[in-house]
Amino acid sequence: MKIIVIGNGMVGQKFCEKLVAQKIETLELRVFGEETLPAYDRVHLSEYFAGKTVQDLCMKPMSWYAENSVHLHLGDPVIHVDRTQKTVTSFEGAQFSYDYLVFATGSAAFVPQISGVDKHGVFVYRTIEDLNLIWRHAKIAKSAVVIGGGLLGLEAAKAMLDLGIADTHVVEFAPRLMPRQIDDGGSQVLTEKLKALGITTHTQKNTAVILGNETITGLMFTDGSILSTDMLVISAGIMPRDELAKKIGLPTGHRGGISVNDRMQTSDPSIYAIGECAVHEGTVYGLVAPGYEMAEVVVHQLTGGTRTFGRFDMSTKLKLIGIDVASFGDPFIGHGEARSIVYHDNHKGIYKRINISNDGTELLGGILVGDAEAYNKLQQICAGKLTIPSAPAGLIIASGNTPDDPGDFELPASALICSCEGVKKQAIEDAVVQSGCTSFDAVKKCTGAGSGCGGCTPMVKDIINATMKKQGKVVRNIICEHFAYSRQELYDIIRIKELHAFDEVLDTLGTGDGCEICRPAISSILASLWNDLVIKNESATSQDTNDRFLANIQKGGTYSVVPRIPGGEITPEKLIVIGTIAKKYNLYTKITGGQRIDLFGAHLNDLPLIWEELIAAGFESGHAYGKALRTVKSCVGSTWCRFGLHDSVSFAVRVENRYKGLRAPHKIKSAVSGCIRECAEAQSKDFGIIATEKGWNLYVCGNGGSRPQHALLLAADIDSETCIRYIDRFLMFYIKTADPLTRTATWLNKMEGGIDYLRNVVVHDSLGIAAELEAQMQTLADHYECEWKKAVETPELRKRFTHFINAPEAKDPTVLFEPLRTQKKAAEW
Amino acid sequence: MDKNNWIYACKATDMPHNGGVCVQYGTEQIALYYFTHRNEWYATQNLCPHKKQMALSRGMLGSQQGEPKVACPFHKKTFSLKNGQCLNDEACSAIKTYPVKVHEGNIFINVASILTPHSSTPIAYEPQ
Repeated sequence: MKIIVIGNGMVGQKFCEKLVAQKIETLELRVFGEETLPAYDRVHLSEYFAGKTVQDLCMKPMSWYAENSVHLHLGDPVIHVDRTQKTVTSFEGAQFSYDYLVFATGSAAFVPQISGVDKHGVFVYRTIEDLNLIWRHAKIAKSAVVIGGGLLGLEAAKAMLDLGIADTHVVEFAPRLMPRQIDDGGSQVLTEKLKALGITTHTQKNTAVILGNETITGLMFTDGSILSTDMLVISAGIMPRDELAKKIGLPTGHRGGISVNDRMQTSDPSIYAIGECAVHEGTVYGLVAPGYEMAEVVVHQLTGGTRTFGRFDMSTKLKLIGIDVASFGDPFIGHGEARSIVYHDNHKGIYKRINISNDGTELLGGILVGDAEAYNKLQQICAGKLTIPSAPAGLIIASGNTPDDPGDFELPASALICSCEGVKKQAIEDAVVQSGCTSFDAVKKCTGAGSGCGGCTPMVKDIINATMKKQGKVVRNIICEHFAYSRQELYDIIRIKELHAFDEVLDTLGTGDGCEICRPAISSILASLWNDLVIKNESATSQDTNDRFLANIQKGGTYSVVPRIPGGEITPEKLIVIGTIAKKYNLYTKITGGQRIDLFGAHLNDLPLIWEELIAAGFESGHAYGKALRTVKSCVGSTWCRFGLHDSVSFAVRVENRYKGLRAPHKIKSAVSGCIRECAEAQSKDFGIIATEKGWNLYVCGNGGSRPQHALLLAADIDSETCIRYIDRFLMFYIKTADPLTRTATWLNKMEGGIDYLRNVVVHDSLGIAAELEAQMQTLADHYECEWKKAVETPELRKRFTHFINAPEAKDPTVLFEPLRTQKKAAEW
Repeated sequence: MDKNNWIYACKATDMPHNGGVCVQYGTEQIALYYFTHRNEWYATQNLCPHKKQMALSRGMLGSQQGEPKVACPFHKKTFSLKNGQCLNDEACSAIKTYPVKVHEGNIFINVASILTPHSSTPIAYEPQ
């Protein structure tokens, strides 16, 4: 079977993948693409500016096409089709015959006829090439305007932010943003949220002229107002690419698009059209999900199936610039046909609307902006026409103490939970009750739920937990299949039983042989309890990846080295030592976020040699590889700064030296600022200290990372000794009670009673354990020794730092570097 | 190397407990594991097929429902030490495994599956 696909976009590519998966022996699949790149993810195009590469965005690597015998012609569009001979001719003159032809030509950006669209600095937002042009121009632009306040327009606006253009405007012809998805109330909340990010919205604006000589200087609207700008991106809609189809006489819709029936067939039964180039019952679908469904339909048709394309549920949930926006069912129905319940919180920026049938029995649709947590549940209820509670407001307005749970409403057993695999709630309950599944992974394996897009994972987990509770089973927070205990329970038992090695713990408390989850978790507990050397022979192999070789493994298999630089204070002599060592071992050097210096690209064999020299110069391990105290940043403080209240550097050095080497459930970061200007950013740390007129303010449980969270004030205006005592108690309490790999911020978020409870324990000693916590911390501090010093001085340990056991001098020959500016980087994987 | 394609790798006393080392054999890298807790020996390719990193010998050993496995230190893909199958990602290809034998405290790996009639003579390491 010879099949030719015209177009190598997302839908065309998905079609190829689905077809290849059918493993048809006689299949000869050929694809022509106009762009020079293989199919890439257009939905996440803006991530190109946020740091993703073309490679990251590509749906499949070039090797995929070769491995699956898909003949790919890039940069070579089809220019003619002979329908009687069943052949296509490409731009370069290649001619091939087909049994079936599939149009997946996609769409082009719709550019309204405005005078001046040909000026420099005016762009469309559609392809990687467009993005490259925008990128180049953005370097000289301080402001940008996007025409189009729909999905794509807002994506483009986000791209402008990612390019560092702080003054970005969105212009929309309709009276609101995302007019197809949300209503005026939702748009109002969205507008406010965008404003906070630096994006100004102008609705009901119709652009008359683009101003400027050769290069754009601004826009004039039909109401006479003017908006100055350095660049313009047009993202006002799409136009189906149907020109070739028209040329060969295939019927098209009156507003464009190749007309297809329910089987995605054009008027010629051997020619199909899918994706944005197709028009089905008068609709061109500009989203990727219906396009994929069309691809599936054609694969079915070609392999003897009967699947057809019906009305597509356009319910969507997306994160736009970090803001949840969702709509489902009929979001706009009202005016006597339905009744709406609206929750509108301008303070928090949350808008929720649900539309209920007049008799109050059915959910017809709705809109969620700012908080779309309830989307899955609501969409299920709406699509499945499930019975709704008698007080439907509970679906969107939190009741009682459980703000995340939309009321006490329970889904019926027939509710479709995983739409990818078609798994109903009953099947998940059965998996728990009858098959004895007690974890998400087990249920996934048993029912298939959650194995597709994964969007239903939280719902599946909730159903598992609820079903287990109903059965009277205790929902236990155990660490893995080898230990039926939580981390906190293990910590207490290991301490009481005085166990010192992983195998000892496993044989006393667990089953099986351990795994990559429990080994590092228990090693961390052992280190926190006894502060023994983590690389002792019997425990080395149970340490977290980086702890086994006391360095951070990096791309390519080399390691990076971070010596401790307490408080970020370093002498010129020590700087010279670091420089000399980096040169000698050919290491890439970079200043870290924690006021230290990271040396990358060290071969395993070189680590002891590098550390030998560092230790000789007075350096110690920085524990950058461990779930341990990393760094205590500081600003320069009162010793030099004209605003400084206290000597923040000296205090940071003292704090760092007290807690260095401390192992914990996760890494710990800290900082000390010499005044309220907070140059050390102490409020983003696990514990942060800020000088006040009267002493120090101690903040705890802050976090940078993927979910930044400000630290909360634990105690105010305390002296240095009290501050250290409180930190002792705080850290020991965290080490004793947190789950594995839980940062202090998450630990606090899960703690009943929150910061008030924590303050009671740490400051007011409500549990009566303060003295014990302080004593335990003192023991750990007394046991500190630099593990790298020990490693280089002990021949048995040193022997371990080789790549080949039978060629200890040889380095791994597969390690490759590439030049980067005047240094080097790891070769791409 | 003897006629049945066993190569000497190292002494049992050179091995870390419940962990692996890398053995060089010509241009091949073989990961050798001493799973002390089970008193078992295994060998696999050192290359993790996920991101093509020479890393499995630095991975962590464990078991899943009794099946011995190794976890790659880069992204924690886990592979059965018995048949080389990836246990937590169906899309990830399997790894090669090699037979191991212990004789008088010396460890030998069988490389028959690496050798092909046309390959050049591999470097063999003998006990020192």
